[in-house]
Amino acid sequence: MSKHSKEGKKFLSDKSKASWHDDTLWGVRKKRDRAVSMIDDWEVLRERASSVKERVLDNLEEYILQFENSARNNGVIVHRAKNGSELNSIILNLLKSRGFTRVVKSKSMLTEECSLNHFLEYNGIEVVDTDLGERIIQFRGESPSHIVLPAIHLKREEIGETFHNRIGTPAGCSDPIQLTAAARVHLRSKFLNAQAAITGVNFAVAESGTVVICTNEGNADMGLNASAKLHIHCMGMEKIVPTFGDLAIFTRLLARNATGQAITTYTSHYTLPDEDCEMHIVILDNGRSERLRNPIFRNSLKCIRCGACMNTCPVYRRSGGHSYRYLIPGPIGSIIAPFGNCQNVSKKSQNNQNERIYSDLPFASSLCGSCSSVCPVKIDIHNQLYQWRQILTRKKQVSPIKRVVMKFVGKILASHLLYSYAGKIARLAIRISPRVLIYNRLNAWGLERELPVPPKESFNEWFRRTQKS
Amino acid sequence: MEKRRFKVGLFIPCYIDQFYPQVGIATFELLKKLGSDIGYPLNQTCCGQPLANSGSEHEALGVYAAFVKNFRSFDYVVSPSGSCVYHVKKHYDILVGSGLVPDEDVNKVRNNIFELCEFITKILGVDDTCAYFPHKVGIHQSCHGLRGLGLGRESELAGSGEGVGVVERLLSKVRGAEIIELSRKDECCGFGGTFSVFEPAISVSMGRSRVSDHIANGAEYITATDVSCLMHMEGIIRRESLDVKVVHIAEILNSSLNE
Ligand code: SF4
Repeated sequence: MSKHSKEGKKFLSDKSKASWHDDTLWGVRKKRDRAVSMIDDWEVLRERASSVKERVLDNLEEYILQFENSARNNGVIVHRAKNGSELNSIILNLLKSRGFTRVVKSKSMLTEECSLNHFLEYNGIEVVDTDLGERIIQFRGESPSHIVLPAIHLKREEIGETFHNRIGTPAGCSDPIQLTAAARVHLRSKFLNAQAAITGVNFAVAESGTVVICTNEGNADMGLNASAKLHIHCMGMEKIVPTFGDLAIFTRLLARNATGQAITTYTSHYTLPDEDCEMHIVILDNGRSERLRNPIFRNSLKCIRCGACMNTCPVYRRSGGHSYRYLIPGPIGSIIAPFGNCQNVSKKSQNNQNERIYSDLPFASSLCGSCSSVCPVKIDIHNQLYQWRQILTRKKQVSPIKRVVMKFVGKILASHLLYSYAGKIARLAIRISPRVLIYNRLNAWGLERELPVPPKESFNEWFRRTQKS
Repeated sequence: MEKRRFKVGLFIPCYIDQFYPQVGIATFELLKKLGSDIGYPLNQTCCGQPLANSGSEHEALGVYAAFVKNFRSFDYVVSPSGSCVYHVKKHYDILVGSGLVPDEDVNKVRNNIFELCEFITKILGVDDTCAYFPHKVGIHQSCHGLRGLGLGRESELAGSGEGVGVVERLLSKVRGAEIIELSRKDECCGFGGTFSVFEPAISVSMGRSRVSDHIANGAEYITATDVSCLMHMEGIIRRESLDVKVVHIAEILNSSLNE
């Protein structure tokens, strides 16, 4: 049994929580459907977004240079990091050289990718995640289970308990309004004392050097504007959009597709450093260039991290984000995970290791295709999962038994004689065998399902008997 | 009905052939009733999808080649399985240039293969098969037919588009049949080929939701273009003794007053 399959089964064993998880995320999908149905040209917009991203990927280095130039002209300091450890040390150096030890950080999957929090904490820096969901899982020492709703695997009673232990809310209190109010007070003191603020980046506009940050809680802006004198924005190299005109396409798509809102509550543009503040931007590669060179998986770099493919995925909704064991779960995560750009190094050997560790993920899908149809930048997600299956099998990353069975089945199905013989035997075996022989632990189909009742005669036999002329 | 000029090759997928012959028979009789000149190549086996979806498309090349050889002489190939048809259309690309069969034969088969309902409505131009099925029916939109072949409008897509899918179009003309609405219009049933045995818990959980949706909305029957989805749901229905039945769309469209 694959790891995902085991973890998924475990998640499902808490029936009421599992069905709540499924319903809640399906609710988000329905909100998204309502929001997009109000835009007449939604499908046109997706097409445009996809083509802008294609254009960016085709000329990525040029756009990055343009972005860097624009930002530098604005007085911003731009860094490039080849991998996670480079990004981590750039940030640590910036903090250390100024003697800073207190950092607030808004939501950023990219810093998760580099394990920045652990690295900074290990080096004596306090990092406070200021997104509410992120703060909750930071308190609990967990990883996000969804890229937009990082604590969606938790029910509010569990959050109440965590808050009780960590920030002293009354025992047994699980009222979202009270808990949020307590978190606000707690975070306010962190904002007011922070020396540096780190943010993620949703979009980076090449023509102006602007970074755009979308949040619902305004926590990125609080971090940047409260007291921090050092501002560090971390972005993947694929986040570039050429112009503000292009940006407008994405701001119309992102929140609608993510949560069904017309736009995120805050869509903030940062272009110039504030007075008395330094503004830094770190651009990360970490395996992205390699993915860019791969013709099959290249266009997974178009992803704008809206999370809709997770909300719509019937497997994700039932297995939970942690069953994927990778920082980005769900359909898009299953494409990225085997590449292994979450590692601090991106050597070849490391990639093979990731292919092995995550070899089950491309198979953790019924290939229903809902993800591809919901994706605002039209990534052919389910097709890429299909392609990964072929590649992982070729590279012998699936079990040897499975490979032998498949070879055998291939031989049988290529010959009518073998096929009809095998079919006859199978039908007979199911018909005459005692139930315990058929329904046991080895028969995964039969664990919770009946096999079809085998007929005496196949269609082919019927045809030969009745239609021969 | 007058005989049509073209020759139609009938493809009966392996699991229908072996386990649901009645669906093959209904398809055959229905196409005949509608005046098609049908041939059934006796040496056919499978489209190769079970291998390819498990990552072994390379082992399936021989199966693909056998498929093309069996069907290349027909003007159209028709099958009561959206999933197999989609597989041939989409994934037989690796056969092109392989030298196993001439490329033009591969392309001919890929371009002219149709799922049954699509063939009836688009090629034969028929909406009403004069069937009689006095029951409440829920349509399970099998994913590959819906999203792969475009047999209907996916719920994920916004805006206008062809509103009514081919299954609904045909079913709405069936005497006595009442189509029920589902809460989740086109969610996957969780079969997914070998997914059903590699991820049995998730697969069954998905199937159970799908079946419950039909029961909650009053369906007596669940129908689909694909027996694979129905086989999976039927497995759950029988194990849990649930009060709903499965029937393939070909069986409904072929049913008549006398039955
Ligand atoms: S792959 Fe598409 S749907 Fe999924 S998170 Fe990225 S942009 Fe959103």
